[in-house]
Amino acid sequence: MKQKILKRLLFIILFLIAVAICFPVFFLIVGSLMGADELNAYLGPVLGKADGFAGWALLPTYPTFKAYIQLLLDSPEFFVMFWNSIKLSGMILLLQLITGVPAAWGFAKLKVPFKNVLFNLYIILMLMPFQVTMLSNYLTLNKIHLMNTPWAVILPAAFSTFPVFIMYHFFRNIPQGIIESARLDGAGSLQVFFYIGIPLGSSGIVSAIVLSFLDAWNLIEQPLTFFKDKTLWPLSLYLPSISLENAGLAFVASVVTLIPSLLVFLAGQDYLEQGITASAVKE
Amino acid sequence: MRNIRKENLEGLAFIGPSILGVSIFVLIPFIDVIRRSFFNAAGTGFTFLENYQTIFHNAAFMLALKNTLRFMGICIPLLIAVSLLVAVFLSSGLKLAGYLKSAYLVPMAIPVASVVLMWRLLFHEHGFFSGMLNHFGIVGMDWMNTKYAFWVLVFSYVWKNIGYNIVLWMAGLTSIPDTLYESARCDGANAWQCFIYITMPNLLPTLYTITVLAFLNAFKVFREAYLVAGDYPHESMYLLQHLFNNWFRDLSLDKMSAGAVVIALMILVLILGLQRSWDKEI
Repeated sequence: MKQKILKRLLFIILFLIAVAICFPVFFLIVGSLMGADELNAYLGPVLGKADGFAGWALLPTYPTFKAYIQLLLDSPEFFVMFWNSIKLSGMILLLQLITGVPAAWGFAKLKVPFKNVLFNLYIILMLMPFQVTMLSNYLTLNKIHLMNTPWAVILPAAFSTFPVFIMYHFFRNIPQGIIESARLDGAGSLQVFFYIGIPLGSSGIVSAIVLSFLDAWNLIEQPLTFFKDKTLWPLSLYLPSISLENAGLAFVASVVTLIPSLLVFLAGQDYLEQGITASAVKE
Repeated sequence: MRNIRKENLEGLAFIGPSILGVSIFVLIPFIDVIRRSFFNAAGTGFTFLENYQTIFHNAAFMLALKNTLRFMGICIPLLIAVSLLVAVFLSSGLKLAGYLKSAYLVPMAIPVASVVLMWRLLFHEHGFFSGMLNHFGIVGMDWMNTKYAFWVLVFSYVWKNIGYNIVLWMAGLTSIPDTLYESARCDGANAWQCFIYITMPNLLPTLYTITVLAFLNAFKVFREAYLVAGDYPHESMYLLQHLFNNWFRDLSLDKMSAGAVVIALMILVLILGLQRSWDKEI
């Protein structure tokens, strides 16, 4: 009996923590549906228009899509940034797959000279923060005159070793027997890769895509360093530049930025968990 | 003989493009970075360790290094302990544990830029947090411009990374065979003893991964700091990345290269040290 009560209590605590953790999503959506007057009333003190402290309501009193329409019609710069974010993330993912999938397959299943040394190098590089690689990236980008072009962010990210590491673990779990029997039937390396490796390792590929997308959509250090021209900026750098005066716009822009990433998360959640788990397999 | 050669070539063809890109954008230029760290800013005169002496006597570098290390020293143990606790509870046969786990993962999907708006409203002088404290008679302040800014970062780091770590811990927990617990219980071990003598030792490999990834993600907290407070935040959250951005703006490549080498070495030592101590345990 006592244990049952304890368990229930534990559940309630964990549930409340979960609600608190997810609260920002709810908060942003509610804010984006409030009219300008309502927002001004709640946030007046923060904007310096009223005394006291900012307040909030659980739900908007008069929900409206006005702010969304305003964003659609009156903020061309938002669309430029949104498109920039899509382009950067899309190109990064595409190039990561083109170079990363074969590399992960090679590390997992093929004979490669100095394989262990190289793979350990990949792990170490994966763990190096941007402060370490920033100057290296810059030296190359500057030499080939790609600074201040979208490629300055795309190319270094495309060769991130993290997705290779994730996919490697999935490829390694493919039983050797299947590959050998295919070989006996006369399949070449490319055929084995395309007809066995990719289909059987597809969950690893999706995991890598989900993890990479969440990161690419969030890039801040790289565009900040490698783009001088603000028209190249992704959303992540644009949002904080909206002043609180435009709170309505800031809320809507935050929600619109959140949507792609939340959709990928919801659609790929199982893969995300598998990917995270794969990184825990000790070498 | 010929066959082995052919196999090697095939393997190389698969990983070649990736290795080439990594070499061009990171490895080869990093060798140049190491070289530059021993030269003056123009790259014309060999100065040996002068750059290293400069950065270790540089107040900004020491402040950023101190803040970064302090941040990690507080956040990482905190994150590891809290997420382990939640993971153990979630694995204890709780109802709806799967849904709760998903909820804890949501912050991973929230772009920093989106949540910055909430941070700004929350920690404004007249914001929600000050308003709440007002009920208790505590006078609010512009929290991001005080020493408490550091704790806002700690909070947002734990918030962002807790789900990731819970998933890792839970994976570690499920990999422990049930038979171990059963036989321990037969021998009269209670829940606490099971945890200390079975769960903990078996989670050591997971702890290694979690620690290393927690370090990696700790460097990313610059994103929050920058988006909330810009280039020159309160000195309690002045991080290495702020300093590197300033150096980059001034094109102080000499200091940057020495700094990059120092950080790379520290991380390398950390990874190898952790790996060795864990290998010894097992």
